Amino acid sequence: MKLYFKYVGMLLKSQMQYKASFIMTALGQFLVSFTAFLGVYFMFSRFHSVNGFALSEILICFSVMLMAFSVTECFVRGFDVFPRLIQSGNLDRILVRPRNEIFQVLTSNIDFSRVGRLLQSILMLAYAVPASGIVWTFDKIMTVVFMLMGGMAVFASLFVLYAGISFFTIEGLEFMNIFTDGSREFGKYPLSIYGEGVLKFFTYVIPIALFQYYPFLYLIDRSEDIGLIFLPLLGFVFMIPCYCFFRFGLRKYKSTGS
Amino acid sequence: MIELKNISKTFKVAKRNAGFSEVLKALFKKEYEYVKALQNVSFKIDDGEMVGYIGPNGAGKSSTIKIMSGILTPDGGECVIDGLTPWKDRISHVQNIGVVFGQRSQLWWDVPVIDSFELIREIYKVDDSRYKKNLSQLTELLNIGEIVKTPARQLSLGQRMRCEIAASLLHSPKLLFLDEPTIGLDAVSKIAVREFIKTINRENKTTVILTTHDMQDIEALTKRILLIGKGRILLDGSLSDLKERGSAHKTITIDYSGDKLPNLDHMTVSKDIGGHAEIIIDTEQVTASQAVSYISSKVEVKDISVMGESVDEIVASLYKEFEI
Repeated sequence: MKLYFKYVGMLLKSQMQYKASFIMTALGQFLVSFTAFLGVYFMFSRFHSVNGFALSEILICFSVMLMAFSVTECFVRGFDVFPRLIQSGNLDRILVRPRNEIFQVLTSNIDFSRVGRLLQSILMLAYAVPASGIVWTFDKIMTVVFMLMGGMAVFASLFVLYAGISFFTIEGLEFMNIFTDGSREFGKYPLSIYGEGVLKFFTYVIPIALFQYYPFLYLIDRSEDIGLIFLPLLGFVFMIPCYCFFRFGLRKYKSTGS
Repeated sequence: MIELKNISKTFKVAKRNAGFSEVLKALFKKEYEYVKALQNVSFKIDDGEMVGYIGPNGAGKSSTIKIMSGILTPDGGECVIDGLTPWKDRISHVQNIGVVFGQRSQLWWDVPVIDSFELIREIYKVDDSRYKKNLSQLTELLNIGEIVKTPARQLSLGQRMRCEIAASLLHSPKLLFLDEPTIGLDAVSKIAVREFIKTINRENKTTVILTTHDMQDIEALTKRILLIGKGRILLDGSLSDLKERGSAHKTITIDYSGDKLPNLDHMTVSKDIGGHAEIIIDTEQVTASQAVSYISSKVEVKDISVMGESVDEIVASLYKEFEI
């Protein structure tokens, strides 16, 4: 853990070498997610509710999703840009160092400029928490905490899966963005509004709904089922197959010529 | 102690011809070609040895190094280094090795070199006293005391390479892999790097395995040479073995007075431009000194020089001989 912070310090130092670039990127991130927020806001100024969900309720959904995504994207960035790690040959370097591979990939890249997006989601959550009209009892607070944790677990797994695939096809992985960036976009609204099929897909294939939709129902008192609080933690189970797949890819790793 | 037995590795390479229609075809049906990068490679290297590993591009040098350093898993064969199999016991194995890839950096690009050293020290869990000792030895031998406070991106290639080498020796590895360490360096840096490699091999008893295309590196550094081509070990011996394998020709260059050389027995005149000539002799038939005195008895020689084949030429002729 001490080593992790050393790495973090190193990366922070590196990124602060280019302060202007850092600030511009962070600002850009903030603005992009802000326009998304405006989109939701203007729609609700006309319709007041979507599928029976009020704006303030949806904002909770939105901000939890955004926060989970931006935290993951910041700290699991190494897996997100994994193909670059392979192409540049830096994975070789990782493999000749006496530390766990996952740890080293995580510390190869941490993107602090994602704080823009993170800040946006914090602001949104800060607005939605009192505005939603939810009575914040202990179980409700825990639900939100679990939703965030589960969300990070699922997104991290998706990035690891993405990295695993890139062992086999070094290029042409854009389709994976459907699952990562796509989930983020889909996840702005409670997943049920897209219909039964999409909900099933995001429950059983890519388990986004586990942390976004079902516990959300408990949160806004649509469901009384206590079990829904813990459902997001299943996201950690999703990590296992993704991790195994990554290990499998690593064994098949070919390296690049030099 | 390094021991490789029948190591084999095959790569699957996607193949397609040029042209737009071929691109479309490749979208649906990919054709693959299997390239045998290594076939039954076996050799032994003792502790403290310095070995030059040479061969043309694509011969399998890097693949062997990558297998020995635990990056690649071979398809078959055994490799045991100090009792460990690199790709199975990766973490404990790499604690004992240092790797320098000449074309890739291991330093963090934007921070001063010394910060990278500190982090590497943490990664390898080097204790304080040993780190200080190694660092002072390395900065002195490689003459990098002045430049370690500069960010890596602002260093010249020669300066950076010296820092790279230092970085891979901070944890006092028993085995050092150098993959083209002098590539792109100027003469001064090359000599400095060579001298340093010699020193650590002599004083720290570090086993060094060096791949290079620069035959001067080989001449300056290694006693033993492994020649690889098309994935097979073709020659395992000393530099003089290698020279014997080369042809027994020497070239005598002379400046003489007159317009044309007379006929010379047992010698081939390869170039004669009136006053300046190159003569090739076969040392199995006539020695160089015999040839020189014979030539000077025939013509009035103003200047003369005798040249053996360079290592580069020998290696090139070996590549040709083995058809690699």
